[in-house]
Amino acid sequence: MKLKISLVIGVAVMLVAAACGGGQPEPVAPAIDSTAIKDSIARAEARRRAYEDSVARARAEEERLRSEREEAARREAAMTAEVRNMLGTMIHFDFDKSAVRPGMDTDVLQSKLALLQANPAVSLEIVGNCDERGSDEYNMALGMRRATAAKKWLTDRGIADGRITVKSMGEENPIDPAHSEDAWTKNRRDEFNLTAGGAKLVKPAGM
Amino acid sequence: MMRRTATTALVLLLLPLAGLAAQDTVPPVEQGVRIGITYTPGLRPGMMVLGGSRTGAVDSVRAILGRDLDLSDRFEMISLPAGDSVVLGISGRQEGSPAMGDAPLFVNYSLHAALGAEYSVAVLPTADPLGLVVALYDVKGEAERQRFNVTVTDPADERFRLAVHHVADELVRAAVGEPGIAASRLLLVSNGRLYRVDADGAALTAVTPAGETIFSPTWDPTGLRAVYTVLSEGWGKIVVRDLVRGTATTVKPTATELNYTAAVSADGTWLAFSRSMEEGTDVYRYNLQRDCCLERLTVGRFSDNLSPTFSPDGRQIAFVSTRAGGQQIYVMSTDGTGQELFAPFDYGVTGNSNAPEWSPDGTQIAFHRDVVGSPQLFLMNVRSRVVRQLTSYGRNEDPTWAPDGRHLAFISDRTGRRQVWTIDVESGRVRQLTTIGDARLPAWSPRIQMVIQP
Repeated sequence: MKLKISLVIGVAVMLVAAACGGGQPEPVAPAIDSTAIKDSIARAEARRRAYEDSVARARAEEERLRSEREEAARREAAMTAEVRNMLGTMIHFDFDKSAVRPGMDTDVLQSKLALLQANPAVSLEIVGNCDERGSDEYNMALGMRRATAAKKWLTDRGIADGRITVKSMGEENPIDPAHSEDAWTKNRRDEFNLTAGGAKLVKPAGM
Repeated sequence: MMRRTATTALVLLLLPLAGLAAQDTVPPVEQGVRIGITYTPGLRPGMMVLGGSRTGAVDSVRAILGRDLDLSDRFEMISLPAGDSVVLGISGRQEGSPAMGDAPLFVNYSLHAALGAEYSVAVLPTADPLGLVVALYDVKGEAERQRFNVTVTDPADERFRLAVHHVADELVRAAVGEPGIAASRLLLVSNGRLYRVDADGAALTAVTPAGETIFSPTWDPTGLRAVYTVLSEGWGKIVVRDLVRGTATTVKPTATELNYTAAVSADGTWLAFSRSMEEGTDVYRYNLQRDCCLERLTVGRFSDNLSPTFSPDGRQIAFVSTRAGGQQIYVMSTDGTGQELFAPFDYGVTGNSNAPEWSPDGTQIAFHRDVVGSPQLFLMNVRSRVVRQLTSYGRNEDPTWAPDGRHLAFISDRTGRRQVWTIDVESGRVRQLTTIGDARLPAWSPRIQMVIQP
């Protein structure tokens, strides 16, 4: 564009200069190399197109990178939510007992173990609960035993002691307030809450 | 022949003399007075509250006194067949007549005695519209035993009710030698909130604001402060609340961790409680008066120790321990030494025992024990260690002693919902105290001292 304008101004100046020649002898107009001008216009055009192409390519690249990042963030958030869910899965207990039961409950603890190892910034709080039977006050102590049993299972397998705190709510916080065997089974549980490091969580390979 | 007949006649004559002579050798009966005491357990003196004027607060006072005397379980309450329509008041005295004491009153003692009363109580107006007299008559002795003055404020005012309850307790003391329990209250937890209720079931009032979750309440020895745990997100702090002023303070070392089952010694010095941590649950004590000096009394390692209760002499603490496997009642000195089994049990057979409470006279421990899966109330004699079962119907747990050492309040679900019930340990009489939605963890106060409001 600039080249064009300069060219036009140049030509105009030359014409004006030629027109305002006055009493001077008419200068000989230099030979206009129209081919050269056409060439340089063409080259300018080419350069402009190349410039625009590169801008477009850069934008496309940016676009691609951005959508890739968004996709990654979505995957990350989904994984964090999934891991958070897995870390929050409860385990359950037999009546008047605080021993971790082999089978489904140890499987749940096993997956928590792997997740804790893969996410060293994570801290957990384990809260023990009881069903409504038994002495109200003793159930506070029993709930604490249930929380401690789950913590011990994890620390025995290498998780640092300071990453897990234990608490109890006795029979004060039932999930199901009904007075049935079914409700009681649901209420005898440990709950797991994240207390730190929950912003970004990863699943270990193979999970 | 003659001589033998004469001899026989002489002998026959002499026989009665011999009999008389024998009489002369018996020492004469001494004149005097014999005093003896006959103890008939279960037999209670008859008590009658006299009807009469229904003006003003007289009727309220009469009703409150009658119920308090009945609830003491120490009398056979005599109610008249036609109720208040038969006025057995003090005859010869007009309503609104000059103040009492002007002229001797006529009390129909023989009529009261015929109705079975050994004591009768009259509530009488005085010239002062705000004043009443409560008089206790000894029917057998045919004399007035004692009289009390009551100033009537608003019958709905709780201080008025407390004053009348104090009179009822003094009536019991005048009749049987020990004061009653009417001037006392109970704390209980319902839907997570702390309530208090009078010993006659009246005036159920919330003590804590909604939104706080309350656990294991107890009283301080004055009956003016409640001590309880506030639960929050898996931890619990112990709070002392002044019920008169409404102020509450946290016991300093309990601001963190899970602290509960508070108990205060009878002299108010020590607070004992349990704390649950990762290492287990153990009993601690703290000097409330000096606000210092937290000590751990039990070292559980693999067992739990909780629910401490002080002996009234302050020398021992009974508590629950799982050191033998299940939950059973143990005892130790107040400094933690000398821990030993208290309530005997058969390993593997006896159910879990929990929630012990030492009686105010120091002779018994009340607790609950699982029997075929349901908790029942038990008593243990401290000296003989003999254990006896008190209840068998429904689920009965968490006993707490009344200040007379013969009534217990506890939680029973025998009506379908958990409510506070009371039992008289000597007569076995059982009564329902509350009718609110759901009641737990009751605590009976000592006799409440009268407080002069500033």
